[in-house]
Amino acid sequence: MEPSAHSLVICEHCDAVHRKHELARGEVARCVRCQAVLYRRPWLSLDSMFALALAAAITFFIANVWPIVTLELNGHASSATLWQAIVATWNDGVGVVSVLAALMLFFFPMLQVLLFGWVLGFLRAGRLPPGFIPIMRVLHAIRPWSMVEVFMLGTLVAVVKVGDIFEVILQPGIWAFAALTVLLALVASFDVRRIWLLKRECCG
Amino acid sequence: MSEPRISTASELGIVACHCCGQLCRHVQGDICCSRCGARLHRRKPDSLARTWALLLAAMILYIPANLLPIMRTGSLFGSESNTILSGVAELWRAGSWDLAVIVFVASIMVPLMKFAALLVLLISVQRRKAWRARGRAHLFRLVEGIGYWSMLDVFVVTLLVALVRFQLTQVDPGPGVVYFGLVVVLTMLASMSFDPRLIWDHAESVDDGKAEEVEHD
Repeated sequence: MEPSAHSLVICEHCDAVHRKHELARGEVARCVRCQAVLYRRPWLSLDSMFALALAAAITFFIANVWPIVTLELNGHASSATLWQAIVATWNDGVGVVSVLAALMLFFFPMLQVLLFGWVLGFLRAGRLPPGFIPIMRVLHAIRPWSMVEVFMLGTLVAVVKVGDIFEVILQPGIWAFAALTVLLALVASFDVRRIWLLKRECCG
Repeated sequence: MSEPRISTASELGIVACHCCGQLCRHVQGDICCSRCGARLHRRKPDSLARTWALLLAAMILYIPANLLPIMRTGSLFGSESNTILSGVAELWRAGSWDLAVIVFVASIMVPLMKFAALLVLLISVQRRKAWRARGRAHLFRLVEGIGYWSMLDVFVVTLLVALVRFQLTQVDPGPGVVYFGLVVVLTMLASMSFDPRLIWDHAESVDDGKAEEVEHD
């Protein structure tokens, strides 16, 4: 064990060293030098984090199975799921865009939800999650690249853009994406460092 | 300044793992985190060179991203190409000024602000300016927090290409959207490569009135 490892916090943004204090509910510890957030008091228990990850996984499934919106014009209708949009951009020759969308809107969010669910599920049972270390590193790496909330806003913009030409019928997918935006924001806020502490409490 | 003297981790010879938060002793050379195995560095390696390279690449690609059309709308009455800016204008004319403002901010203001902010940060760190360190630290966190919203237009095109597939009307992606997507990814990588601790390394050495020895690894 490293010396004094649990009483000190180093500011990631300016390298200043601080002594760790217990925080009251809702309090945030900020760096005295650069004012970056150092740590927060955790407000979700292990159980509620697991429940959120599970809810996000179910919502992710619904959001990707049902179409997002349907457009109608003179009796013709056209609808799309996220995956159909990814395939359509691939077929139209903009593979880079297709790959970016597939990673940022499908694979990274899916990995976030599944891997958090996996880790938290095992920790709840008091067992060491298989693959814990690589999983934690993957979760840390993909976090900035998961962009479901941007897609949600993009869907709104797209609907408004075509709204005066076509009749727009909202499908279950769009509501599921709205819910997923909120749930994923919560899941993404899980502090990877806190999970390391929980792991120490649960399985030493 | 009346603030108490602040110790930095590099003075104390410790380093926090960027991945799991573990504190490790770090005297010299490359080490790995004792808990998760991530490679640890006192400062991000080659931070300034990497940030410059990614930023310049992003700025170059930003030109075709704005000049080339990001999508073409084909219909019975001919086809119409839209660049990012003309897409904003179209939203404005259609009466959705609120969305026009959102798209303008996400697609045009955020990337330009990010370029400007990273240039200011890079140049000020290279010239070892102590000036407004706290303000620059805020600027960096702002830039890092909002950058990814620029993907907005790329996702709009992705969805429209799949949705608007009628016999008489269809939307095709233009080459601009590829460049634009790359610009966003490159600016995100650029801000991730920048090490905000460098702002303070030089600010401190000036405050102390003596040039601190800069370690090279």
